[in-house]
Amino acid sequence: MSETALEARHLYKVFGKSPSQAVRRLKAGESRAEVLDAGTAAVIDASFTVERGEIFVIMGLSGSGKSTIIRMLNGLHDATDGEVTLHGDPITGIPSGRLREIRRDRVSMVFQHFALLPHRSVAANVAYPLELKGVPKAERLARAEEILGMVGLAGWGDKLPSELSGGMQQRVGIARALAADTDILLMDEAFSALDPLIRREMQEQLLELQQKLRKTIVFITHDLNEAMFLGDRIAVMRDGRIVQIGTPEDILTDPANDYVEQFVQDVDRARVLTAGNVMERPRPVVSESAGPRTALRQMRDAYMSAAYVVGRDRRLAGIVTDRDAVKQVRKGESDLTAILRPVPQSVNETEVLMNLFVPAVESPLPLAVVDDDGRLVGVIPRVTLLAALGPGPGATEEITLPLPPMPQAEIDAVLGEGAAGLDAAARMDDGAARVEEVR
Amino acid sequence: MDGFRIPLGTWVEAGVDWVKDNLEGLLDVISLIVRTLVEGLTTLLVDAPFVVVIVVAALLSWLVRSWQLAIGTLITFTLLVGLELWEPAMQTLALVVVAALVAVVIAVPLGIWSARNATVRAVLKPVLDFMQTMPAFVYLIPAIVFFSIGVVPGLVATVIFALPPGVRLTEFGIRGVDAETVEAGQAFGATPAQILRGVQLPLALPTIMAGVNQVIMLALSMAVIAGMAGADGLGKMVVEAISTVNIGQGVEAGLGVVIIAVFLDRVTAALGNPAEYPSSLLGMLSRRRAARRRAVATAEPVLAA
Repeated sequence: MSETALEARHLYKVFGKSPSQAVRRLKAGESRAEVLDAGTAAVIDASFTVERGEIFVIMGLSGSGKSTIIRMLNGLHDATDGEVTLHGDPITGIPSGRLREIRRDRVSMVFQHFALLPHRSVAANVAYPLELKGVPKAERLARAEEILGMVGLAGWGDKLPSELSGGMQQRVGIARALAADTDILLMDEAFSALDPLIRREMQEQLLELQQKLRKTIVFITHDLNEAMFLGDRIAVMRDGRIVQIGTPEDILTDPANDYVEQFVQDVDRARVLTAGNVMERPRPVVSESAGPRTALRQMRDAYMSAAYVVGRDRRLAGIVTDRDAVKQVRKGESDLTAILRPVPQSVNETEVLMNLFVPAVESPLPLAVVDDDGRLVGVIPRVTLLAALGPGPGATEEITLPLPPMPQAEIDAVLGEGAAGLDAAARMDDGAARVEEVR
Repeated sequence: MDGFRIPLGTWVEAGVDWVKDNLEGLLDVISLIVRTLVEGLTTLLVDAPFVVVIVVAALLSWLVRSWQLAIGTLITFTLLVGLELWEPAMQTLALVVVAALVAVVIAVPLGIWSARNATVRAVLKPVLDFMQTMPAFVYLIPAIVFFSIGVVPGLVATVIFALPPGVRLTEFGIRGVDAETVEAGQAFGATPAQILRGVQLPLALPTIMAGVNQVIMLALSMAVIAGMAGADGLGKMVVEAISTVNIGQGVEAGLGVVIIAVFLDRVTAALGNPAEYPSSLLGMLSRRRAARRRAVATAEPVLAA
């Protein structure tokens, strides 16, 4: 699966009067501002690879060079220096006829302002790439109708683009790119011109389509939330340079520098981070084969009133409470499975934080996180969940346990209450009764 | 400063003489083609029964614009007959149509070329400025020298005078096409010729047609001046009226020009923006065709079921 679909090596793009001189000076270590007299450097030393079937997002503010980069990936802009290869074939420095062939067969594009042909019907717009490939009319219109159905526009083929809403027009834009039937799809701020609700819908639809089609997508955006939502990997650009490439979680939890950190401050972390990103080592975890005494000892050390119990294969078996364990010890029994209670709540490690709040509230223990096979891989205390929403890398580190309260006897001694032991015993009975009720 | 004078006029005269002496063959060919075209069209318009011409003109008005214009055309063209202006009017119409045709055939490719090439644009701009601001009469002089008296110098002068807006608006229209849409054509692998035909020309068409409309209007105003060079038509009548201070004839001939002008202007303006005239015959036909296609499309599933 890790086949490289697209690779950019040390790409430079300089607009202006002496681009090659500017590149030479940039390579020698001069800054973007220093070479301004030779030209404006839009892209400086950009290198990245895009794997087949992934969504690679290039994110940056306007003027960061992201639109220039994407236009170098299909040769709309010539690279001033550096190399772009599609499946190993160079597209930089090749004759224009060969470049057109590659554009027809290998890489298509979706534009920010849709760039539809206003004088052609929707179906004819979608069929445009096929027309350029020389597909006969009946065949290409049939194909266009099929693809329109795929993007949810079945029956709209006869309309003119101007009769459609913005979101629908961009679906036509996507349908047109899909009609070209290329492996690689370049999307230049494809959803930026749409209003927020439609944008969200389109993002979801794109992911849905991607599940089916498995294209290699390079997506340009200035919206970090969009980047985090869509991207398998994200490249963050600033002033023509790529400052960090990583998964959304990498970018969020381990920003490469202050700029990226500042940028990710506004991200809706609850929709990006997953349970697996923020979970902690489960503690205490009792093995099914251990006895109630071991369980009690572990709970006491961890200052917990209950613990998760796992089987031999670390599969989550249930929970055990300190009260049940105490009773069992008093009775002199030793089979932990007899007092096992069902796990109140557990979540998969790929679940985003957004979906953890309700389970976390309902779970009396730190929320259990399991993998696809049901093995306990971690827990998320509510405090951790809250901390994860805050900015900064500290959020995903293990938090220290709260200071254990002083032993009750000592407090009682200070307060001068003599019947401490009796009180404590009564309280414990109370607690046990409550647990009985729950059961 | 006494006695110092730049002999520009002499130089131009020398140049004109040189052209006349050395390019006579070429001038003869141009003359022949132009005369054939104008006289052919004039003969066609004058020899055909005027009723037929009027009906065709009215139908054309309805086809591209509206039935109101068709009725207007019917009335005003009949008025031309009533004023006994039919023959000169048709001569003028033929001259204008041929001149505009020639001007468009030259102007549109020039406009496309200058839209794509900055050097061409830089060279063409001052030339166009010169052509447009030079008093129109001046063109008549060398034209008469080259082609002698008659319809040909009139037409050549008309073409030169009417050319600039066609070039300018074509260039403007093509350069005004949304850059992203052109990029889309490139991104899907279209050749420059395919982009020109499939994207740039269709999107620039309203602007180009505005240019064509301007060309025709300028050609019409010039056609009257061409009367001075001896071209038959309403222009000649106006010139005669001026020289004999004949108010009646002047007004009548002038009115004839106005009628032709309104007809040409409305028709060509509608050609550029067909969408703005839904009540035109063309618009109605295309709507009916779309409706039938939709009916077929909805009927298909029923058949399949």
